[in-house]
Amino acid sequence: MRNRFDMQLRQLDCELIQLGAMIEHAIAGAAKALLECDAEKAHEVAGLDDGIDQKERDIERLCLKLLLQQQPVARDLRQISAALKMITDMERIGDQAADIAEIAVMLAGRGEPLLGSAHIGDMARATIRMVSDSVDAFVKKDLELTRAVVRYDDVVDDLFDEVKNDLIRFIAQNSACGEQAIDFLMVAKYFERIGDHATNIAEWVEFSITGQHKDETE
Amino acid sequence: MDKIQIENMNLHYGDFHALHDINLGIQEKQITAFIGPSGCGKSTLLRSLNRMNDLVEGCKITGDILLDGEDIYKGCDVNLLRKRVGMVFQKPNPFPMSIYDNIAYGPRTHGVKSRARLDGIVERSLRQAAIWEEAKDCLKKSALSMSGGQQQRLCIARALAAEPDVLLMDEPTSALDPISTAKIEDLVLELKKDYTIVMVTHNMQQATRVSDKTAFFLLGEIVEYNDTETLFSVPSDKRTEDYITGRFG
Repeated sequence: MRNRFDMQLRQLDCELIQLGAMIEHAIAGAAKALLECDAEKAHEVAGLDDGIDQKERDIERLCLKLLLQQQPVARDLRQISAALKMITDMERIGDQAADIAEIAVMLAGRGEPLLGSAHIGDMARATIRMVSDSVDAFVKKDLELTRAVVRYDDVVDDLFDEVKNDLIRFIAQNSACGEQAIDFLMVAKYFERIGDHATNIAEWVEFSITGQHKDETE
Repeated sequence: MDKIQIENMNLHYGDFHALHDINLGIQEKQITAFIGPSGCGKSTLLRSLNRMNDLVEGCKITGDILLDGEDIYKGCDVNLLRKRVGMVFQKPNPFPMSIYDNIAYGPRTHGVKSRARLDGIVERSLRQAAIWEEAKDCLKKSALSMSGGQQQRLCIARALAAEPDVLLMDEPTSALDPISTAKIEDLVLELKKDYTIVMVTHNMQQATRVSDKTAFFLLGEIVEYNDTETLFSVPSDKRTEDYITGRFG
């Protein structure tokens, strides 16, 4: 009896999956461009941001239309309001992937040998996993998975500390690599922030499932 | 203590068991909404609160309905009960007489004869029902000449003239346009300061806008009773969720 509304909610899920895939692609591309000194790839990633912003606006418009037309309550209301909150964090993740890509362009331009902190690649993989799992959890309404994402942020935070320690060691060994070390520190910070945004997304997914947001459960 | 306490109440219309084991506490100076699909028993329960079902042939009620701790079905004067528990219906039903006489009718039947006192009651009631400004210059005009929204506020004023404690409203805005509906909703929120209000509504958004507590009825049972905000954002029963989200009903 509410086919159209159910169809619109499925469309919302699809759009979120697409936005999730776009930001995963941006994070992976930014990491690849950075670690392989690939300026072309970095430019390509920076260009993805416009598409991500457009997708955010499309989803926002869909959510507002559903609020207006369907006046949702209960889990429908939670699903739509959570989606509205999630896309803000997803868009920020897109910005940060673009920021990493810009640093990759600079590093590629300098042509210096890379310091080679292996933990940067680990951070990229960990944050991609967090983003992917949080969107999956939203679509599958999987409470356990959202909590796993929130817990996994500790792994990203630990990796950030590892990268910091690596960079301190590099600077101690060779003071000439200070500029590159600072660039890598910023990259690591962007990844760490991506982890925080993915955690926010997971917390809104939990709200959409249970009606409880972290502030109410803490 | 709750203003109205309903305990183990069952209601039969002949062989039909219309209300099953109702237990409900209605809080004083709060707005309680009854929601549910047609035929679920919400209006039946509402009408039981001032014994309007007494007039229905074959209606049998067991259990207790306590108003301020006193059972309204045991040794209670029905006229006095209806003075304390007023009712507003779905369709405005003004008497075919002047605006003034509509309001004065109840107090007159309860023995008020002084013109000055009646004038005072009419003005107070019309002011409380937010219709004084529109009606003060045409009190002698027929109530039937008013618009639907004005007639409904007049009916609320008429109920208030008896100085009730409790106001029962059975879909009070379902026959009204959006502007009249908004006026009645504002009025109900204003009246909450002085009265306990129980409202049956089919309009979910109305329940969320005006009520403090909501009871969801299904097949003669109360499935869920909770703070309105909780019931409409995180309902605890799947049947409530399915109904309010339009998955059945």
